[in-house]
Amino acid sequence: MSIEAFIRNVEEEFDDLKPGILKPESTFRDALEWNSINALIMIAMVKNEYDYTITADDLVKSKTIQDIYNIITSRVKE
Amino acid sequence: MALFSIPNFRIAGISACVPQNEERNADYSWITQKEREQLIKTVGVESKRVVSKGTTTSDLCYKAALGLLNELKWEREEIHLLMFISQTRDFMIPATSGILQDRLGLPKSTISIDINQGCSGFVYGLSVMGSLMNTTGIQKGLMLVGDISSLNASYRDKSTHPLFGDAGTATALELSPEAPLLYFNLQGDGSGHEAIIIPDGGFRNLLSKESFNYKKYGDGIHRNQLHIALDGIEVFNFSLREVVPNIKGLLKYTGKELSDIDFVVLHQANRLINETLRKMLKLEPFKTPYSIQKYGNTSSASVPLTMVSELGEQLRDKTLQLLLSAFGIGLSWGSVILQTGGIICPPVIEYEKP
Repeated sequence: MSIEAFIRNVEEEFDDLKPGILKPESTFRDALEWNSINALIMIAMVKNEYDYTITADDLVKSKTIQDIYNIITSRVKE
Repeated sequence: MALFSIPNFRIAGISACVPQNEERNADYSWITQKEREQLIKTVGVESKRVVSKGTTTSDLCYKAALGLLNELKWEREEIHLLMFISQTRDFMIPATSGILQDRLGLPKSTISIDINQGCSGFVYGLSVMGSLMNTTGIQKGLMLVGDISSLNASYRDKSTHPLFGDAGTATALELSPEAPLLYFNLQGDGSGHEAIIIPDGGFRNLLSKESFNYKKYGDGIHRNQLHIALDGIEVFNFSLREVVPNIKGLLKYTGKELSDIDFVVLHQANRLINETLRKMLKLEPFKTPYSIQKYGNTSSASVPLTMVSELGEQLRDKTLQLLLSAFGIGLSWGSVILQTGGIICPPVIEYEKP
């Protein structure tokens, strides 16, 4: 999986997000107008696409899209 | 894992009762229009039924039971077991099951028991009813399951108020020597008891003046210590972690495949959780019926309410292989595989305040 593919998956889930705006360095809480439902949407997408369950702790530790991507790739490899 | 089977035991009838009063989430003015749209789309609750003041779970269950007994043509004297499963009882004490025994006109020889169980209550309850009836030889029993969680939720808490609806159900169970086995897989993990909790008003945290103080726990999440608190991410992660392995463990135990099952009736937690579980199980959409859009998350009532509202006709006319799976507060979760055939199932009943 690539970060580009990950971003495309995120874009598909969040209707208001125009393609091309989200970058690896984007702060997801700002870019996605983060709320608790968005957290669930992100968790569901990652579970479906990458078979990893993002925890509350993972989200606390993450700021950018790249941070979340890194967590997923490190866990999926294990 | 608690994997086991119960023989000689079948569902004879099932009914559900919801309050007449409907609340639409499009009208939930505590959050913005945009938030409402996202909520309805993701959580899946368009409207729900809520009780008016003074109506209890036992009222809804009573009405459901009357509707069922009328069609079943069971004599009151034949019923020797009544179980009430709920987390919204009539009084702190005494238990509600005894009140229902009297109100329904059941004999004094009826065993009446309350069980405090939420989302997983219907599945757990079937196992207790089946075990007890088999050991006692009681031929006919009533299991009344429901909740009025709307009263537990703070209006100013967007994580709970728009989610919960109210419903009561009644299930008639009987011993039947030719009935196929029911297979269960029941599990629990009390380390997660804080994931869904009303902190005050029990005996750990006695009711106090401070119990009524509102606090802000997040954007749009204001509640006091007597309201239900729901940790959405914890519950979501728990559901994704535990439900599918529980179902697969049960299938392995029984030697059945998901393709042998006509419908998988999931607890109506929220649409996103249930859709994710459905995809993990690789099930086609028609195999997991939904009632959450009409009734919200009705806690313990959600599995039987979904059966009545979405599968009623088929339950009446056909033989079905069902897998019921329920999960939530406790944390507690479990699944059952059972065959139903020709059961009495009146359409969903509406409760009007007398």
